[in-house]
Amino acid sequence: MNAPVKKKLKVATTSLAGCFGCHMSFLDIDERLFTLLEHIEFDRSPLTDIKEVHPECDIGIIEGGLCNAENVHVLRDFRKNCKILIAIGACAINGGLPAQRNHLPLSAILEEVYHTSPGLSNGLIPNDPELPLPLNQVHPLHEVVKIDYFIPGCPPSGDAIWKVLTDLLAGREPELGHGLMHYD
Amino acid sequence: MSHTFTLDGKTIPFEDGQTIIQAASKAGVFIPHLCYHPEFKPHGSCKLCTVKVNGRQTASCTMRASAGMVVENNTEELNAERRALTQMLFVEGNHFCPSCETSGNCQLQATAYHLGMMSPHYDHFFPSRPVDASHPEVLLDFNRCILCSLCVRASRDVDGKNVFALSGRGIKTHLIVNARSGNLADTNFTLKDKAAQVCPVGVILVKRNGFAVPIGERRYDNVPIGDSLETATEGR
Repeated sequence: MNAPVKKKLKVATTSLAGCFGCHMSFLDIDERLFTLLEHIEFDRSPLTDIKEVHPECDIGIIEGGLCNAENVHVLRDFRKNCKILIAIGACAINGGLPAQRNHLPLSAILEEVYHTSPGLSNGLIPNDPELPLPLNQVHPLHEVVKIDYFIPGCPPSGDAIWKVLTDLLAGREPELGHGLMHYD
Repeated sequence: MSHTFTLDGKTIPFEDGQTIIQAASKAGVFIPHLCYHPEFKPHGSCKLCTVKVNGRQTASCTMRASAGMVVENNTEELNAERRALTQMLFVEGNHFCPSCETSGNCQLQATAYHLGMMSPHYDHFFPSRPVDASHPEVLLDFNRCILCSLCVRASRDVDGKNVFALSGRGIKTHLIVNARSGNLADTNFTLKDKAAQVCPVGVILVKRNGFAVPIGERRYDNVPIGDSLETATEGR
């Protein structure tokens, strides 16, 4: 009998309150992307421009924390549709740079950004209903949904991302040793 | 009876009055720790150096070694508890390594790496802790304080100045500066103080000196904490 054709794993990625640095770092796995593509296919991702996560997605990789209501919506959508969810990078794991605003009242920040800072004469705080509302504080992903694996770093190196993905594909518990594990 | 005990099955010699961590360090065995420093009286508060002595947990920085003790240190159970303690320290303060100039030289970060901490696990407190930039030479960034009290002990016991103290109780415990204004500038603190050298994290920072060492050459970039036993020269 012929061996069954191995189904490729569907991988979705997105950046929430992030800078796409982790996605850039993901591309740093360079030619190993070809090896990876023998095992996976990209679903919703900035790399494919697919807008919705497939309901039977295998792995979701999320960069960035939660700074507005839309971020929370996308995260819940990923959680609902992905078997495994991976938080990638400092912002997804502890809020990162956007969370530096957490000790300031949101109203004071909006005032300063749109109204009182120099050069913005009489600026108005945007209130178009299409704009997602900012959260009072920026939160890391694991405070809202269950996250299965974490890849720390700002950004994690291509090698760290490769290590975690290949560990997962091989059915091993992902582990980053010294040199690959870093928070900065 | 001989002056030895066993640590994870290895025979460790000790001298009268030595604590478990002192004897272990001398024998080249690393026990993770944050508030312990070989030059100061133990504080016993961070609990990272917790070991099992004859099956019971105790802080190895305060427990004196005695002959025939059976001590467990590098076990999955103890390291999991140490990892949980480290995660709690991360969420209780504001530890954003990418923007911290102590990153790469930080004992808390290096210990978290050593323990394989992949995430903070708990919900973040995001406390509001204003910095003290009043002093001309030193910045105090309280966001990163882990309440190890090393600066308190150094200032009190070595410098004889009592510049720092821990104030409050329980989760409200925080580091304060002993001045009527609460500002470091209104104390006789100087860069030469021992207290300026001992912070294991990024609270006590020398101004105009940040990010001097490039990534890749920082203290723990190449040698993980515990791989070379350097407890005798801890601090920056």
